Amino acid sequence: MLFANDLACERGERLLFKNLGFELGEGEALLVRGGNGHGKTSLLRILCGLSQPAAGEVRWRGQPIASEHEQYCREMAYVGHVNGIKDDLTPLENLRLAAALDGRDLDLPVAVAALEQVGLSRCLDFPARVLSFGQRRRVALAGLMTAGALLWILDEPLTGLDVHGVAMVEKLIRDHVVAGGMAIMTTHQPLALDGVSAKSISVGD
Amino acid sequence: MIRFLITVIRRDVLLAARRRGDWLTAQFFFVMVVSMFPLGIGPEPTMLRLIGPGVVWVAALLACLLSLGRLFADDFRDGSLEQMLLSPYPNSLLALGKALAHWVINGIPLLLIAPVLGIQFGLPAEALLILVLSLAIGTPILSLLGGIGAALTLGLRGGGVLITLLILPLYVPVLIFGAGAVEGAMSGTGSEAHLSLLGAFLVMSLLVAPWISSLALKISVE
Repeated sequence: MLFANDLACERGERLLFKNLGFELGEGEALLVRGGNGHGKTSLLRILCGLSQPAAGEVRWRGQPIASEHEQYCREMAYVGHVNGIKDDLTPLENLRLAAALDGRDLDLPVAVAALEQVGLSRCLDFPARVLSFGQRRRVALAGLMTAGALLWILDEPLTGLDVHGVAMVEKLIRDHVVAGGMAIMTTHQPLALDGVSAKSISVGD
Repeated sequence: MIRFLITVIRRDVLLAARRRGDWLTAQFFFVMVVSMFPLGIGPEPTMLRLIGPGVVWVAALLACLLSLGRLFADDFRDGSLEQMLLSPYPNSLLALGKALAHWVINGIPLLLIAPVLGIQFGLPAEALLILVLSLAIGTPILSLLGGIGAALTLGLRGGGVLITLLILPLYVPVLIFGAGAVEGAMSGTGSEAHLSLLGAFLVMSLLVAPWISSLALKISVE
Protein backbone atom coordinates (compact mmCIF):
# COMPACT_ATOMS: atom_id res chain seq x y z
CA MET A 1 0.00 0.00 0.00
CA LEU A 2 2.52 2.58 1.18
CA PHE A 3 5.95 2.16 -0.28
CA ALA A 4 8.94 4.39 0.41
CA ASN A 5 12.06 3.90 -1.59
CA ASP A 6 15.57 5.22 -1.05
CA LEU A 7 14.42 8.39 0.75
CA ALA A 8 16.93 11.07 1.67
CA CYS A 9 16.33 14.30 3.52
CA GLU A 10 18.45 17.40 3.81
CA ARG A 11 17.96 20.30 6.19
CA GLY A 12 20.08 23.25 5.17
CA GLU A 13 23.42 21.73 4.21
CA ARG A 14 23.07 18.78 6.56
CA LEU A 15 22.05 15.32 5.42
CA LEU A 16 19.60 13.93 7.99
CA PHE A 17 19.16 10.47 6.52
CA LYS A 18 19.53 8.63 3.24
CA ASN A 19 18.73 5.24 1.69
CA LEU A 20 15.67 4.92 3.85
CA GLY A 21 12.99 2.61 2.58
CA PHE A 22 10.10 0.50 3.87
CA GLU A 23 6.84 -1.02 2.83
CA LEU A 24 3.65 -0.95 4.85
CA GLY A 25 0.53 -2.99 4.17
CA GLU A 26 -2.97 -3.03 5.62
CA GLY A 27 -3.12 -3.99 9.27
CA GLU A 28 0.47 -2.95 9.97
CA ALA A 29 1.99 -0.29 12.16
CA LEU A 30 5.36 1.39 11.78
CA LEU A 31 7.31 2.93 14.63
CA VAL A 32 9.90 5.51 13.63
CA ARG A 33 12.78 5.65 16.08
CA GLY A 34 15.62 8.10 16.44
CA GLY A 35 16.98 10.75 18.75
CA ASN A 36 16.10 14.44 18.81
CA GLY A 37 17.03 16.19 15.60
CA HIS A 38 17.60 12.97 13.67
CA GLY A 39 14.80 13.65 11.23
CA LYS A 40 11.76 11.77 12.49
CA THR A 41 9.40 14.68 11.96
CA SER A 42 11.02 15.43 8.60
CA LEU A 43 10.38 11.84 7.55
CA LEU A 44 6.72 12.03 8.57
CA ARG A 45 6.28 15.31 6.70
CA ILE A 46 7.77 13.73 3.60
CA LEU A 47 5.44 10.75 4.00
CA CYS A 48 2.35 12.93 4.19
CA GLY A 49 3.46 15.09 1.28
CA LEU A 50 4.13 18.37 3.10
CA SER A 51 7.85 18.25 2.25
CA GLN A 52 9.73 16.92 -0.71
CA PRO A 53 12.49 14.35 -0.17
CA ALA A 54 15.99 15.24 -1.44
CA ALA A 55 16.01 11.85 -3.16
CA GLY A 56 13.72 8.86 -3.50
CA GLU A 57 9.95 8.67 -3.66
CA VAL A 58 6.85 7.69 -1.73
CA ARG A 59 4.15 5.64 -3.43
CA TRP A 60 0.60 5.00 -2.35
CA ARG A 61 -1.26 2.17 -4.11
CA GLY A 62 1.55 2.13 -6.63
CA GLN A 63 1.28 5.82 -7.56
CA PRO A 64 3.63 8.62 -6.45
CA ILE A 65 1.83 10.63 -3.74
CA ALA A 66 2.61 13.94 -5.45
CA SER A 67 0.57 13.02 -8.53
CA GLU A 68 -2.25 11.44 -6.50
CA HIS A 69 -2.64 14.32 -4.05
CA GLU A 70 -6.43 14.17 -3.83
CA GLN A 71 -6.79 10.42 -3.49
CA TYR A 72 -3.94 10.19 -0.98
CA CYS A 73 -5.20 13.06 1.16
CA ARG A 74 -8.63 11.43 1.32
CA GLU A 75 -7.17 8.23 2.76
CA MET A 76 -4.48 9.73 5.00
CA ALA A 77 -4.77 11.67 8.25
CA TYR A 78 -1.87 13.53 9.84
CA VAL A 79 -1.54 14.77 13.41
CA GLY A 80 1.59 16.87 13.67
CA HIS A 81 3.52 18.62 16.43
CA VAL A 82 0.96 21.39 16.52
CA ASN A 83 -2.62 20.28 16.75
CA GLY A 84 -4.28 22.28 14.00
CA ILE A 85 -6.98 23.41 16.43
CA LYS A 86 -8.39 26.94 16.18
CA ASP A 87 -8.32 28.57 19.63
CA ASP A 88 -11.40 30.68 18.98
CA LEU A 89 -13.65 27.75 18.13
CA THR A 90 -15.11 25.10 20.42
CA PRO A 91 -13.89 21.49 20.09
CA LEU A 92 -17.16 20.63 18.40
CA GLU A 93 -16.81 23.43 15.84
CA ASN A 94 -13.20 22.43 15.26
CA LEU A 95 -14.14 18.85 14.42
CA ARG A 96 -17.00 19.78 12.12
CA LEU A 97 -14.95 22.44 10.35
CA ALA A 98 -12.07 20.01 9.77
CA ALA A 99 -14.55 17.51 8.34
CA ALA A 100 -16.12 20.13 6.06
CA LEU A 101 -12.68 21.12 4.74
CA ASP A 102 -12.05 17.47 3.91
CA GLY A 103 -15.35 17.34 2.03
CA ARG A 104 -16.99 15.09 4.63
CA ASP A 105 -20.25 15.53 6.48
CA LEU A 106 -19.86 15.06 10.21
CA ASP A 107 -23.14 14.70 12.07
CA LEU A 108 -23.41 16.35 15.45
CA PRO A 109 -24.01 13.08 17.42
CA VAL A 110 -20.94 11.46 15.81
CA ALA A 111 -18.75 14.45 16.68
CA VAL A 112 -20.08 14.56 20.24
CA ALA A 113 -19.51 10.80 20.63
CA ALA A 114 -15.90 11.14 19.44
CA LEU A 115 -15.21 13.96 21.88
CA GLU A 116 -16.80 11.98 24.71
CA GLN A 117 -14.65 9.00 23.85
CA VAL A 118 -11.46 11.07 24.24
CA GLY A 119 -12.75 12.34 27.59
CA LEU A 120 -13.84 15.86 26.66
CA SER A 121 -17.56 15.58 27.39
CA ARG A 122 -17.34 18.48 29.85
CA CYS A 123 -15.61 20.86 27.44
CA LEU A 124 -17.83 20.68 24.35
CA ASP A 125 -18.90 24.32 24.46
CA PHE A 126 -15.72 26.04 25.64
CA PRO A 127 -13.44 27.74 23.15
CA ALA A 128 -10.29 25.66 22.67
CA ARG A 129 -8.25 28.58 24.01
CA VAL A 130 -9.26 27.72 27.60
CA LEU A 131 -8.40 24.02 27.24
CA SER A 132 -5.13 22.61 28.55
CA PHE A 133 -2.38 21.37 26.24
CA GLY A 134 -3.36 17.74 26.78
CA GLN A 135 -7.01 18.48 26.16
CA ARG A 136 -6.20 20.17 22.86
CA ARG A 137 -4.18 17.12 21.92
CA ARG A 138 -7.28 15.08 22.63
CA VAL A 139 -9.35 17.28 20.32
CA ALA A 140 -6.85 16.56 17.55
CA LEU A 141 -7.11 12.83 18.29
CA ALA A 142 -10.91 13.02 18.17
CA GLY A 143 -10.49 14.62 14.75
CA LEU A 144 -8.33 11.69 13.75
CA MET A 145 -11.01 9.23 14.85
CA THR A 146 -13.73 10.93 12.87
CA ALA A 147 -11.58 11.36 9.75
CA GLY A 148 -12.16 7.76 8.71
CA ALA A 149 -8.70 7.59 7.14
CA LEU A 150 -6.95 4.33 6.31
CA LEU A 151 -3.44 5.61 7.02
CA TRP A 152 -2.65 7.50 10.20
CA ILE A 153 0.58 9.49 10.42
CA LEU A 154 1.15 10.59 14.00
CA ASP A 155 3.99 12.76 15.23
CA GLU A 156 4.50 12.17 18.96
CA PRO A 157 0.82 11.42 19.65
CA LEU A 158 1.47 10.91 23.38
CA THR A 159 2.91 14.38 24.09
CA GLY A 160 1.03 16.11 26.88
CA LEU A 161 -1.30 13.19 27.62
CA ASP A 162 -1.84 11.75 31.10
CA VAL A 163 -1.77 8.02 31.93
CA HIS A 164 -5.37 7.51 30.85
CA GLY A 165 -4.72 9.45 27.68
CA VAL A 166 -1.75 7.23 26.80
CA ALA A 167 -3.82 4.10 27.36
CA MET A 168 -6.58 5.59 25.22
CA VAL A 169 -4.21 6.34 22.33
CA GLU A 170 -2.72 2.85 22.54
CA LYS A 171 -6.19 1.34 22.34
CA LEU A 172 -7.13 3.69 19.51
CA ILE A 173 -4.10 2.67 17.46
CA ARG A 174 -4.54 -1.03 18.27
CA ASP A 175 -8.19 -1.01 17.23
CA HIS A 176 -7.40 0.91 14.06
CA VAL A 177 -4.60 -1.43 12.99
CA VAL A 178 -6.44 -4.64 13.95
CA ALA A 179 -9.38 -3.45 11.86
CA GLY A 180 -7.07 -3.30 8.85
CA GLY A 181 -5.84 0.27 9.15
CA MET A 182 -2.27 1.48 8.97
CA ALA A 183 -0.38 3.71 11.38
CA ILE A 184 3.01 5.38 11.24
CA MET A 185 4.16 7.12 14.38
CA THR A 186 7.09 8.52 16.28
CA THR A 187 7.29 8.41 20.04
CA HIS A 188 9.90 8.55 22.77
CA GLN A 189 7.67 6.77 25.24
CA PRO A 190 7.14 3.00 25.24
CA LEU A 191 3.97 2.13 23.40
CA ALA A 192 2.07 -1.04 24.27
CA LEU A 193 0.79 -2.41 20.97
CA ASP A 194 0.08 -6.03 21.88
CA GLY A 195 -1.33 -8.18 19.14
CA VAL A 196 -0.34 -5.72 16.42
CA SER A 197 2.27 -6.46 13.79
CA ALA A 198 4.51 -3.46 14.35
CA LYS A 199 7.59 -2.76 12.27
CA SER A 200 10.16 -0.26 13.27
CA ILE A 201 12.81 1.79 11.51
CA SER A 202 15.50 4.09 12.81
CA VAL A 203 16.47 7.37 11.21
CA GLY A 204 19.75 9.19 11.28
CA ASP A 205 22.14 6.67 12.85
CA MET B 1 -14.84 22.19 -5.27
CA ILE B 2 -17.20 25.14 -4.87
CA ARG B 3 -18.26 23.75 -1.51
CA PHE B 4 -14.65 23.68 -0.36
CA LEU B 5 -14.19 27.28 -1.49
CA ILE B 6 -17.30 28.37 0.41
CA THR B 7 -16.20 26.41 3.50
CA VAL B 8 -12.82 28.18 3.52
CA ILE B 9 -14.49 31.59 3.23
CA ARG B 10 -17.09 30.79 5.89
CA ARG B 11 -14.38 29.53 8.22
CA ASP B 12 -12.38 32.76 7.98
CA VAL B 13 -15.46 34.94 8.37
CA LEU B 14 -16.44 32.96 11.48
CA LEU B 15 -12.93 33.33 12.92
CA ALA B 16 -12.93 37.07 12.18
CA ALA B 17 -16.31 37.38 13.90
CA ARG B 18 -14.82 35.73 17.00
CA ARG B 19 -11.91 38.18 16.97
CA ARG B 20 -13.58 41.46 16.22
CA GLY B 21 -10.73 43.48 17.74
CA ASP B 22 -8.25 42.34 15.09
CA TRP B 23 -10.76 42.95 12.37
CA LEU B 24 -11.72 46.46 13.47
CA THR B 25 -8.09 47.60 13.67
CA ALA B 26 -7.67 47.78 9.91
CA GLN B 27 -11.02 49.53 9.42
CA PHE B 28 -10.24 52.16 12.05
CA PHE B 29 -6.79 52.64 10.56
CA PHE B 30 -8.42 53.37 7.19
CA VAL B 31 -10.80 55.93 8.69
CA MET B 32 -8.04 57.58 10.74
CA VAL B 33 -5.53 57.94 7.91
CA VAL B 34 -8.09 59.40 5.52
CA SER B 35 -9.42 61.80 8.18
CA MET B 36 -5.93 63.09 9.02
CA PHE B 37 -5.45 64.67 5.58
CA PRO B 38 -8.15 67.37 5.76
CA LEU B 39 -6.89 68.23 9.25
CA GLY B 40 -3.28 68.49 8.12
CA ILE B 41 -3.78 70.23 4.79
CA GLY B 42 -6.52 72.66 5.75
CA PRO B 43 -10.11 73.13 4.65
CA GLU B 44 -9.41 74.37 1.11
CA PRO B 45 -12.24 72.71 -0.94
CA THR B 46 -10.54 72.67 -4.35
CA MET B 47 -7.34 71.24 -2.90
CA LEU B 48 -9.20 68.55 -0.95
CA ARG B 49 -11.27 67.58 -3.97
CA LEU B 50 -8.06 67.23 -5.95
CA ILE B 51 -6.29 64.93 -3.49
CA GLY B 52 -9.41 63.07 -2.22
CA PRO B 53 -9.43 60.06 -4.55
CA GLY B 54 -5.70 59.46 -4.18
CA VAL B 55 -5.81 59.71 -0.40
CA VAL B 56 -8.70 57.26 -0.09
CA TRP B 57 -6.98 54.81 -2.41
CA VAL B 58 -3.57 55.01 -0.69
CA ALA B 59 -5.24 54.54 2.71
CA ALA B 60 -7.11 51.51 1.33
CA LEU B 61 -3.80 49.97 0.18
CA LEU B 62 -2.20 50.53 3.59
CA ALA B 63 -5.22 49.20 5.50
CA CYS B 64 -5.14 46.13 3.29
CA LEU B 65 -1.43 45.58 3.98
CA LEU B 66 -2.08 45.90 7.70
CA SER B 67 -4.44 42.93 7.73
CA LEU B 68 -2.53 40.83 5.19
CA GLY B 69 0.20 39.90 7.68
CA ARG B 70 -2.29 37.67 9.49
CA LEU B 71 -3.79 36.06 6.39
CA PHE B 72 -1.86 32.80 6.76
CA ALA B 73 0.24 33.48 9.87
CA ASP B 74 -2.34 32.44 12.48
CA ASP B 75 -3.19 29.25 10.63
CA PHE B 76 0.50 28.52 10.17
CA ARG B 77 1.21 28.90 13.88
CA ASP B 78 -1.53 26.59 15.11
CA GLY B 79 -1.01 23.95 12.43
CA SER B 80 -4.37 24.33 10.74
CA LEU B 81 -2.66 25.54 7.55
CA GLU B 82 -0.91 22.16 7.23
CA GLN B 83 -4.21 20.40 7.72
CA MET B 84 -5.87 22.53 5.05
CA LEU B 85 -3.00 21.91 2.63
CA LEU B 86 -3.62 18.19 3.19
CA SER B 87 -7.29 18.47 2.31
CA PRO B 88 -8.20 16.55 -0.82
CA TYR B 89 -8.60 19.66 -2.99
CA PRO B 90 -6.08 21.64 -5.07
CA ASN B 91 -4.04 23.99 -2.89
CA SER B 92 -4.65 26.88 -5.29
CA LEU B 93 -8.34 26.61 -4.38
CA LEU B 94 -7.36 27.08 -0.75
CA ALA B 95 -5.28 30.14 -1.64
CA LEU B 96 -8.19 31.56 -3.67
CA GLY B 97 -10.60 30.94 -0.80
CA LYS B 98 -8.31 32.63 1.71
CA ALA B 99 -7.86 35.68 -0.55
CA LEU B 100 -11.60 35.97 -1.19
CA ALA B 101 -12.26 35.65 2.55
CA HIS B 102 -9.76 38.45 3.15
CA TRP B 103 -11.69 40.59 0.69
CA VAL B 104 -15.04 39.80 2.30
CA ILE B 105 -13.69 40.58 5.77
CA ASN B 106 -11.51 43.60 5.00
CA GLY B 107 -12.37 44.81 1.51
CA ILE B 108 -16.16 45.07 1.65
CA PRO B 109 -16.18 47.24 4.82
CA LEU B 110 -13.79 49.64 3.03
CA LEU B 111 -16.30 49.95 0.19
CA LEU B 112 -19.02 50.87 2.63
CA ILE B 113 -16.96 53.42 4.56
CA ALA B 114 -15.31 55.04 1.51
CA PRO B 115 -18.28 57.18 0.34
CA VAL B 116 -18.63 58.69 3.82
CA LEU B 117 -14.95 59.58 3.83
CA GLY B 118 -15.26 60.90 0.27
CA ILE B 119 -17.79 63.46 1.51
CA GLN B 120 -15.08 64.83 3.85
CA PHE B 121 -13.14 65.74 0.73
CA GLY B 122 -16.13 67.33 -0.95
CA LEU B 123 -16.28 64.80 -3.78
CA PRO B 124 -19.42 65.17 -5.95
CA ALA B 125 -22.00 62.37 -5.94
CA GLU B 126 -20.93 61.04 -9.32
CA ALA B 127 -17.31 60.79 -8.20
CA LEU B 128 -18.38 58.99 -5.02
CA LEU B 129 -20.15 56.39 -7.13
CA ILE B 130 -17.05 55.86 -9.27
CA LEU B 131 -14.91 55.72 -6.10
CA VAL B 132 -17.00 52.85 -4.72
CA LEU B 133 -17.04 51.14 -8.11
CA SER B 134 -13.27 51.41 -8.52
CA LEU B 135 -12.75 50.11 -4.97
CA ALA B 136 -15.18 47.25 -5.66
CA ILE B 137 -13.07 46.14 -8.63
CA GLY B 138 -9.73 47.09 -7.08
CA THR B 139 -9.86 45.71 -3.53
CA PRO B 140 -10.20 42.04 -4.60
CA ILE B 141 -6.97 42.57 -6.59
CA LEU B 142 -5.31 43.86 -3.42
CA SER B 143 -6.38 40.72 -1.54
CA LEU B 144 -5.33 38.34 -4.32
CA LEU B 145 -1.90 39.89 -4.89
CA GLY B 146 -1.47 40.33 -1.14
CA GLY B 147 -2.03 36.61 -0.73
CA ILE B 148 1.18 35.99 -2.69
CA GLY B 149 3.15 38.27 -0.38
CA ALA B 150 1.58 36.77 2.74
CA ALA B 151 2.43 33.26 1.55
CA LEU B 152 6.00 34.18 0.63
CA THR B 153 6.78 35.89 3.93
CA LEU B 154 5.12 33.21 6.05
CA GLY B 155 7.21 32.23 9.07
CA LEU B 156 9.90 34.85 8.39
CA ARG B 157 11.00 37.25 11.07
CA GLY B 158 10.01 40.81 10.23
CA GLY B 159 7.55 39.46 7.67
CA GLY B 160 5.28 42.46 8.14
CA VAL B 161 7.78 44.93 6.71
CA LEU B 162 8.93 42.54 4.02
CA ILE B 163 5.39 41.98 2.76
CA THR B 164 5.04 45.76 2.35
CA LEU B 165 8.20 45.98 0.28
CA LEU B 166 7.22 42.98 -1.84
CA ILE B 167 3.62 43.85 -2.52
CA LEU B 168 3.42 47.67 -2.72
CA PRO B 169 5.14 47.80 -6.15
CA LEU B 170 2.55 45.33 -7.44
CA TYR B 171 -0.21 47.59 -6.11
CA VAL B 172 0.99 50.58 -8.17
CA PRO B 173 -1.17 49.87 -11.27
CA VAL B 174 -4.25 49.35 -9.09
CA LEU B 175 -3.60 52.67 -7.39
CA ILE B 176 -3.06 54.52 -10.68
CA PHE B 177 -6.16 53.17 -12.38
CA GLY B 178 -8.31 53.29 -9.25
CA ALA B 179 -7.56 56.87 -8.35
CA GLY B 180 -7.45 57.78 -12.06
CA ALA B 181 -11.01 56.55 -12.56
CA VAL B 182 -12.33 58.91 -9.88
CA GLU B 183 -10.30 61.85 -11.17
CA GLY B 184 -11.55 61.11 -14.67
CA ALA B 185 -15.14 61.23 -13.45
CA MET B 186 -14.53 64.63 -11.82
CA SER B 187 -12.65 66.22 -14.69
CA GLY B 188 -15.17 64.97 -17.24
CA THR B 189 -12.76 62.85 -19.28
CA GLY B 190 -14.68 59.71 -18.26
CA SER B 191 -13.63 56.75 -16.21
CA GLU B 192 -14.57 53.79 -18.43
CA ALA B 193 -11.02 53.22 -19.67
CA HIS B 194 -9.58 53.15 -16.15
CA LEU B 195 -12.30 50.84 -14.87
CA SER B 196 -11.90 48.45 -17.82
CA LEU B 197 -8.17 48.20 -17.22
CA LEU B 198 -8.83 47.61 -13.54
CA GLY B 199 -11.30 44.86 -14.51
CA ALA B 200 -8.72 43.24 -16.79
CA PHE B 201 -6.22 43.35 -13.96
CA LEU B 202 -8.76 41.66 -11.67
CA VAL B 203 -9.36 38.84 -14.14
CA MET B 204 -5.63 38.30 -14.52
CA SER B 205 -4.98 38.21 -10.79
CA LEU B 206 -7.94 35.85 -10.26
CA LEU B 207 -6.35 33.44 -12.70
CA VAL B 208 -2.71 33.70 -11.68
CA ALA B 209 -2.44 34.85 -8.06
CA PRO B 210 -3.99 31.79 -6.30
CA TRP B 211 -1.71 29.48 -8.22
CA ILE B 212 1.44 31.45 -7.29
CA SER B 213 0.26 31.75 -3.67
CA SER B 214 -0.22 27.99 -3.41
CA LEU B 215 3.32 27.37 -4.69
CA ALA B 216 4.66 29.91 -2.19
CA LEU B 217 2.67 28.28 0.61
CA LYS B 218 4.15 24.87 -0.15
CA ILE B 219 7.66 26.31 0.00
CA SER B 220 6.96 28.23 3.22
CA VAL B 221 5.39 25.25 5.00
CA GLU B 222 8.27 22.93 4.07
